[in-house]
Formats: sequence, C-alpha cells, structure tokens
Amino acid sequence: MKEVRTALLVLLVFTLLLGLAYPLLVTGVGQLAFPRRANGSLVAVEDRVVGSALIGQSFTSARYFHGRPSFSDYDAMASGASNLGPTNPAYLLDVRDRVDAIRREDGLPAGAPVPADLALASGSGLDPEISLEGALLQVGRVAAARGVDASVVRELVMRSAIGPFLGAFGERRVNVLLLNLALDGVS
Amino acid sequence: MTKAVLSTIELLVLLLPAAALLAVYMARVFRGERTFLSRALRPIEKLIYRLCRIDEGGEMSAKSYGLCVVAFTLVGCLALFLIQMLQGILPLNPQGLRGVRWDTAINTAISFGTNTNWQAYAGETTMSVLTQMLGLAVQNFLSAAVGMAVAIAMVRGFTRRESATIGSFWVDLVRSVVYVLLPLALVLSVVLVSQGVVQTLRAPVEVRTIEGATQVIPMGPVASQEAIKELGTNGGGYYNANSAHPFENPSGLSNLLENLALLLVPTALVLTFGSLVGNRRQGRALLAAMLVLFALGLGLSFWAELSGSPRLSEAGVASGENLEGKEMRIGIPASVLWAQSTTATSTGAVNSSHDSALPLSGLAQLFNMGIGEVVLGGAGVGLVGMLFYVVLAMFIAGLMIGRTPEFLGKKLGAREMVMAVVGILLPPVLLLGGSAIALVVPAGLAGLGNPSAHGLSEILYAYTSAAANNGSAMAGLSVDTPFYNLTLGLVMLIGRFATLLPGLAIGAAVARKKTVPSSIATFPTTGPLFVVVLVGVILLVGALTYFPAFSLGPILEHLLLQAGGAA
Repeated sequence: MKEVRTALLVLLVFTLLLGLAYPLLVTGVGQLAFPRRANGSLVAVEDRVVGSALIGQSFTSARYFHGRPSFSDYDAMASGASNLGPTNPAYLLDVRDRVDAIRREDGLPAGAPVPADLALASGSGLDPEISLEGALLQVGRVAAARGVDASVVRELVMRSAIGPFLGAFGERRVNVLLLNLALDGVS
Repeated sequence: MTKAVLSTIELLVLLLPAAALLAVYMARVFRGERTFLSRALRPIEKLIYRLCRIDEGGEMSAKSYGLCVVAFTLVGCLALFLIQMLQGILPLNPQGLRGVRWDTAINTAISFGTNTNWQAYAGETTMSVLTQMLGLAVQNFLSAAVGMAVAIAMVRGFTRRESATIGSFWVDLVRSVVYVLLPLALVLSVVLVSQGVVQTLRAPVEVRTIEGATQVIPMGPVASQEAIKELGTNGGGYYNANSAHPFENPSGLSNLLENLALLLVPTALVLTFGSLVGNRRQGRALLAAMLVLFALGLGLSFWAELSGSPRLSEAGVASGENLEGKEMRIGIPASVLWAQSTTATSTGAVNSSHDSALPLSGLAQLFNMGIGEVVLGGAGVGLVGMLFYVVLAMFIAGLMIGRTPEFLGKKLGAREMVMAVVGILLPPVLLLGGSAIALVVPAGLAGLGNPSAHGLSEILYAYTSAAANNGSAMAGLSVDTPFYNLTLGLVMLIGRFATLLPGLAIGAAVARKKTVPSSIATFPTTGPLFVVVLVGVILLVGALTYFPAFSLGPILEHLLLQAGGAA
C-alpha cells in the first residue's frame, strides 16, 4: 500500500534527523558550551568526585546537615516519589515518626512544629536541597558535633541560601552537599 | 499566596506574547508562505519530500488523510516496539540492558505513538540510550506533529468551499516538524543544558560520597529529549521521576521555561486557527474560553494546596504544608501551576507527585483530562477537541434561537454533530468502563498503592490519563503488569483515534459545503456570550459525566481529610 510505504520512508528519514542528527548536535553544542553542566554538574574534592551538585545524597552523621527523606534512600538509579496519598494511615504514621526523630536529634520541645521539607519526602527522591528553616534548625546539632561556634555555622548557612527565582519559583533554600563541603572546608 | 499569583502572572506574561508570535509564524508555515527561517529550512523540507517521494502539491480526501494518520501512527508504534525488544543486541546500550518485557514494550510503543507518553517503566533501568534517542524521542516529535497536522486539516475544512480535499497529511506533518518543533527544541535544549540538564552518551557515573557511601548517577542525552517532551506536549520523562528529577529540571528557570514550553504550541495553535479562518477574534474567543476553564481549575488547586493538610498539621508538620512529592527548587505554587498546565494540555510531564497532591487538586487534574483536554489541550488535538464542543455549543444555541446551527459560515448538519458527539463521549465511555473493570477484577485491585477513596482515584486517574492521551499518573498504582499494560494500551489507542478521525470527518464535511454569508440573525461566535455558552456546555458535559465517579474518589477523600476520619 502506498500510504504504508510513505509512512516507512518518512519514519526512516525522521529517525535519522530527529533521533541522531538532532541529539548529537545538541550533545556537541552542550559539551562545548557547558561541559560541566552537560556532564552532570559533578563535584570533586581533591580530584575525587564526591557527587553531583544537583543530585541529593544521604547524610546520617551528626556532623553534617541532613537532607530530606527520600523514598529510594537516595539511590540515584531509582528516582521517584513515595506516591503516598494524603489520607493514607501508614504514611501519616511515618510522618509522625520522622517528626519525632527530628525533634529528638535537634533538641526541639515535644509538640514543636517541624519544617515540612524535613519530614516529607521529595518528588524525585533526589532533592539536593532543604529549606533555609530546615537548615537553621540543624545548626545547633552540627556545631556541637564539630565543636565549633554555632554562629560560624549559621553564617555559612545564611551565605548558602538561594531562591526563590523571580520571587515565585522555589523556596528559600540551601544545597545540602555544597553546604556540607563548605563546612568541611572551615572545620 | 503571593507566590501563586506571581508565578501565574510571570508565566502568562511570557506565554501570551510568545504564543501570539508563534501563531502568526505557524499560519504562514501552514499556508506554505515564506518565513524568516525559510532560507535555512526550505532545503531540508524539500530534501525530505524528495527522499520520501512526497508530492508537495498533493491533496487528500479526509479518507486518505485519515488512512495516512492511522498508517503512520501504527508504523511508528511497531518500530518503537521492535527497538525496545531488540535493544539488548543494538548499539548505544552502555548499561548492557536487556530487551524490554513484551507487555511493557507494547504499552510503551502505543503510549509514545499516540502522544500519551504514559510510562509503566522506570527509564533509568529499562531503556537504553538508543531506545530513548532513536525510539522515544523521535516519537515525541512525530506524535505531536500528527496532532498538529490533523488540527490544521480540520481548520482548513472551515476555510474551503465546496472542496473534496483538506490538504496533504505528509506536507502538514513535515512542516510541523521542520518549521515548528525542531527549531524550538534546538533552542530550548541548549538553554536547558546551561541550567544543568545533562546531555551526554556516557554510562552512569559511580561516585563515593563524603560519608563513604557509593552512589551511581545516571546520565544520558536528556536535554534534547526534555525539550521536545514539553514542546510536543508529550511528557515521557527520561528518568522515572520525570520533571521532578534534578537532571530534567534543575532550577527555577528551567522549571519556568519547561512549563512555558508545554503550553506554547497548543496556545499558539488556537490563535493560528483564528488567522487561518481569516478572523483573529475567533481564535481569541476560543482562547478566552480555555483560559476561563484554566483559571477555574488553577484556582481550586491553589486553594487546596495552599490551605495545607490538617492531617499533616496534626502530625507536627509546620502549617501542614503538603511538600510530600514536591521539590524545594520548585516549591508548592509552581508545582500546582505545572500540574494544572500538564493536565490541561495533554503533556502529562510531572514536576511533583500527583498521587501525593491534596484531593481537590487531584479533582481539578481529573476534570481537565476528563473533558478531553480542551483547555489548551495537546499539540493540535486540543484545538480539535475544543472544536467538537464548539459544534455542540452551536447546536444547542441553534435550538434555542430556532435556526440551523452554523459556525464560520458553515451550516452544521447531522454528520458534524454525530462526529462531535463521538469525539466528546467515546473517551469518557472508555475510561469509566475501563476503571469499572479494573475496580472489580483482582488484577486491577492488585496494583493499588493507597487504600480507600484515594485508591479509587488512582485507578480512575490511570484510565482518564490513557483515554485523554495525557500520560501523567497517580504513580502509586503499580501498572507494569500485563493487565494494566494491555488495557491501558488499548484505551490509549482508541482514545487517540477517537479524537483525530472525527476531527478529520468534520473538517471534510464542512469543506464540501458552501459558505453562507453572515446575517443579522447569525449567532456571533467571537463575543463574550459565545465564550459563556461554550464554557457552560463544557462544564455541564463534564459534571454530568463525572460527578458520580468524582464523588466517590477525590470529593470523598477531601471530606475524610478535613474531618480527620479513618481513610
């Protein structure tokens, strides 16, 4: 049939144009113009790659700021959200447990509200950032664990804060990996 | 609240002028006139015609146009199926992935071939670089172009008099890709790389974190795919987390641009329609109706999400802020704005988890898709769907004033009416029927990710998304099973042709007719009264169709959330 033959030809030609030429052209331009970003915004310490500035990772030590809960525990090959619904009883119990754990770790009184980002999992499971409030809440713990003055740590947090873009997109926030690397740099 | 209003205004301030410019450009492209890009693109266009033996001046009847649409869609699905099955022995497979399982491959092939981009798989660990680049990304372009071509052909029908043909499918398709989608995608993808979207053919990178753990970071030619994913209202993410993934959507700016991109082509096409029929006010009237519906859904979603969750407040979360499934660089207002945009269009890309959204924003999303995505809608198909409602609205208006209904000087008869009703009602029949089956068979219930009313919403969302060719999901539902892959695949396929083919039939029917001059008794279709009637008809059809299902899903869940009762 004539239609099917044309369909095959058009698909073939466009596969070469859109499936090869187009992505390879973008790859070429991207690699030349923005090599660091095109290759994953990797961050190195003394020539050793320790992660990507854009991909969150798990921090458990008291000496470091902690990121958000992650459904995949920061397995970057398994991105995704918890997809738990707002009335799911098991989910609400989990949230209570997380809130209690944060209150314990960071010395908050019972019943004190906890910033939402520290208690609720992100959409990607790889959110590299936490809210400014979420970071400030952890200053006391981190400073004590490192034996440095809390004002030094607080100053570092304040200097790391970015956003929101155009006053509307995103929260006032800090990048956890970059903040922790900066911490290691000063103490 | 400030952020909600501000983000919406900033998006519209960019969108409306950009769409107006693109609309003028597209009108020239589809009339075959010269544009500022013709010097560069005309040789490519002509080369494609020569290689594919396409007659540029060729004209088609609606039947041959429709036959080409069906043949091209099915050939595309088949090729994509084969690429997935054979990826294990094909090159560009740095992770050494095996062929995709047959039922997942069928579902994905239909999904991308029909511009749905529903994803039963996780990209990181299922699809090779070759499959993503040569398979999925190519269909992102082509399925969008098919929708655009059909919309243009249908509109052409209104502009012709006593004509048996509505243009050439192949010419409309090639022009959509070469003049519209490809140049836009090239620009957007490079901007996205500058924001941190990765673009490389490398294998995943293994790193040791400062706490000594190992993390494997995926790579890929993501920016090139991300750009067309939004511009073509496709929505299939390179990675499982879609546009919530930092490598797909790394910054506030990338989020704004991607949100803009997914609205751009559908918005512009509505205005192109006005230009092509020689009455720009007609395009603006349709856009006004769409924006009214957009504002209603957006308002409801903002109200729900900004009020927060009383259950989270009880649990000790500050202000009950519903950040579950949302990213910090995006935040709640921009997540809501995106969710509204992606379900109003047929995009289905997500930058937050729709499963964890509060019930009333879920309701708005279901409604947007359920009415057939006519609020802007998919590239092309949104305009087609809206024209079905216009035919219905003019029919009802005609009954009220006792005149034969007409639109743009064409008398609307039984054939136009039947086709419009098929286009409006077949998708709801499919999705309500499909959901009903999934809710009673063990294979359907086995997939539930959440209990109670929310579980019903998950299943309803899946079939709604499939029938409307949206592709977003309440992703807690485990759908990578033969039952869901095959039933949803079938619904996607029928849903796609239930929009495209009646659209062509209407275009052909009106092309054959004479154009009657408007008189003092003609119902004006460019004023506020027309917009009110049109919006009223859409809301009425939507409410009558979905109220029972919605009251058992999102509405019940909203009451449970507020009352604090057991879910």
